[in-house]
Amino acid sequence: MSTDYNELAKDRIAAAFPNAILDVVDFRGTRTLIINPPQLKPIARFLRDDEALRYNYISDICADDMLPELTNGDVEDRFAVNYHLLSMSNKHRLRLRVPVEDPDNGPETLTDLWPVAEWLEMEVWDLMGIRFKGNDDLRRLFLPEDWQGHPLRKDYPLGYEEVQFSFNWEAIDAKKPYAKD
Amino acid sequence: MGVEQKLGNMGVVTHRLEDLVNWGRTNAMWPMLFGLACCAIEMMDMQAATHDGSRFGMELMRPSPRQADLMIVAGRVSRKMAPVLRRLYDQMPDPKWVIAMGDCASCGGIFNNYAIVQGVDEIVPVDVYVAGCPPRPEALIDGIMTLHEKIRGEKLTDWA
Amino acid sequence: MTLTTQSDTIQELTVEEIRAKLGTKMPIEDPEEHMLLSMGPQHPSTHGVLRLLLELDGERIVNLANDIGFLHTGIEKTMESKTYTKALVMTDRMDYLAPMSNNYGYILAVEKLLDVEVTPRAETIRLILVELARISSHLVWLATHALDIAAMSVFLYCFREREYILDLFEMVAGQRMMVSYFRPGGLWRDVPEEFEPAVRKFLDFMPSRIADYEALLKNNPIWLARTKGVGTISADDAIAWGLSGASLRGSGVDWDIRKTMPYGGYEKYEFDVPVGTDGDVYARYRCRMQEMSESLRIIRQALDKLPKGAVNIDDRKIVPPPRAELGRSMEAVIHHFKLWTEGFSAPAGYVYQAIESPRGEFGCYLRGNGGPKPARVHFRTPSYVNLACLPMLSKGVFVADLVAIIGSIDIVLGEIDR
Repeated sequence: MSTDYNELAKDRIAAAFPNAILDVVDFRGTRTLIINPPQLKPIARFLRDDEALRYNYISDICADDMLPELTNGDVEDRFAVNYHLLSMSNKHRLRLRVPVEDPDNGPETLTDLWPVAEWLEMEVWDLMGIRFKGNDDLRRLFLPEDWQGHPLRKDYPLGYEEVQFSFNWEAIDAKKPYAKD
Repeated sequence: MGVEQKLGNMGVVTHRLEDLVNWGRTNAMWPMLFGLACCAIEMMDMQAATHDGSRFGMELMRPSPRQADLMIVAGRVSRKMAPVLRRLYDQMPDPKWVIAMGDCASCGGIFNNYAIVQGVDEIVPVDVYVAGCPPRPEALIDGIMTLHEKIRGEKLTDWA
Repeated sequence: MTLTTQSDTIQELTVEEIRAKLGTKMPIEDPEEHMLLSMGPQHPSTHGVLRLLLELDGERIVNLANDIGFLHTGIEKTMESKTYTKALVMTDRMDYLAPMSNNYGYILAVEKLLDVEVTPRAETIRLILVELARISSHLVWLATHALDIAAMSVFLYCFREREYILDLFEMVAGQRMMVSYFRPGGLWRDVPEEFEPAVRKFLDFMPSRIADYEALLKNNPIWLARTKGVGTISADDAIAWGLSGASLRGSGVDWDIRKTMPYGGYEKYEFDVPVGTDGDVYARYRCRMQEMSESLRIIRQALDKLPKGAVNIDDRKIVPPPRAELGRSMEAVIHHFKLWTEGFSAPAGYVYQAIESPRGEFGCYLRGNGGPKPARVHFRTPSYVNLACLPMLSKGVFVADLVAIIGSIDIVLGEIDR
């Protein structure tokens, strides 16, 4: 009988860090632990080093913008950051989810635990605009240096341009900025 | 059996200079080794064994824009890439031509969003557009033949 | 190599000014003596539009910083504005060397969110095509990697075989590269009759072709000198830097998601996971070469037990009805109309599905909000994460070796920049 690592992870965290787990969400076989932001880094360190759990590999860091869903009277914060951890010895995945109240004052960086976290956090900063405390190499990565805004936020427009069809060909062609030699 | 046997021993051929120059330009075209995205893989395929771009005198891809006279914009052009692309174009010596390969380079393709320039013709003047996402190597070859046709009709004064 | 920063003007600047100019926090040790060089974005050996900033002491690299984003396409944002089915075409254009794998990762995530299981036939066909995509991707990797290290003929051979695989893709999907063949709940349509004999023919001639590549490279003294002991990374470092795929296995970590956390029926097949020991460019090369043979093994087993039956699940809320039914059934017309105008609705919740793409762990994070469009799509792309360790790997190596290292971690810029 295999161990239920979902329960094990939750129990061990709850024992070591009381009140750190705000909520537990089970969906399609994966457990999400919603973590109190200040305790993220100690918990991540605990998960990495604990003998029974050994979540030694960080798969991914990605951010969520919950803006359109907030109007339903939810208490959740607008942003959230997901950490997808993987335990290679237990062959188990666990998701830590950290609500972010103020994007300029986001969760603490995990660069000390996994050096690759710096690189993953850079992407979150560039596209979602969440600053990680302690990561001082947050720069424009995908977009030009002088870009304004963070495109993956829900209040950022997609930037649709009108498409040329036969009925509006001339009107668009007239204002299209063709290049010169 | 060459032209010399037909001419006797005079060693002189008369021809219109314009045609000769254009003939030279079409048959020794040096494209720039410059791939952006998916289409670049089909461009490599065009150069590889099956489709063999050297049949058209263009087996030599030059990584330096200074030595190239054909720019094949193979792939989508992002806002960050646009100034770089223009700079590469400016570095190419005259005469020079541009093929917009694929839908993204021609008109933005399926990516109608904040990040992609809607057609590379906003940055550099384009001679031939090749449709397809990505175009097959045969389609690119067809685009190159179309460009050859265009060059054959060019006047010397166009580049003067 | 494109020299964009003149060395005489750079020496008049302070380190802070240089950093501001470069737009990175790259450590610069000696701005007076060392040369700063910008490699790319237009460079024959960066596998796309990658820009590397180098601080050089002669030919030796002192520091390096990645500058990416020259192919940023806004794929994640655009997918949020499309229905689940229509967003599929975006995934093809990320890793354009193995579009089948990208389709697969995304479709598995959608199916996980919907909680549906596909038919055995669809599962097996998917597996065959994904493994074919792995071979075709490795062929391009080998071709360009060898080309960078100046072995020209390998390029011509690899593209010849790749052409055959692309013909197979065209046979099933109607497109050579951007297939979009897997759909939520199954496949676009069943494979044609000629598919199976064509794949068998491929299985027959491919092992000897792989032997040809091996004969050209495996014991070639130039190849060995250029790859052995270059770009070494230890197993612990590889895990800490989040490497995946052959780059991780080259360092001796026995981790292949197909084997360790199987998805899509991989547990039913017998195959080995090649693992290297040295963690250098040569070890990664060996891993990928053996992976091609292992993929052939999987395809052979899958073809032998290819089940008969339907390729789509019988759920009209997800899979559109067959064309023939539209003429007879009003219900089918309504389903068809609803699916192609509005799409199906997926429940609220978040899923993460990881697959072993040719480059490593390809993860798709998907958040549904009950509507027909995904609320958030995020891709954990192996190339992006593998690139992170490049500054560490290339410390102190020659510029020529940097080219070998870039080739060996097998990056695709479309996947990095998305």
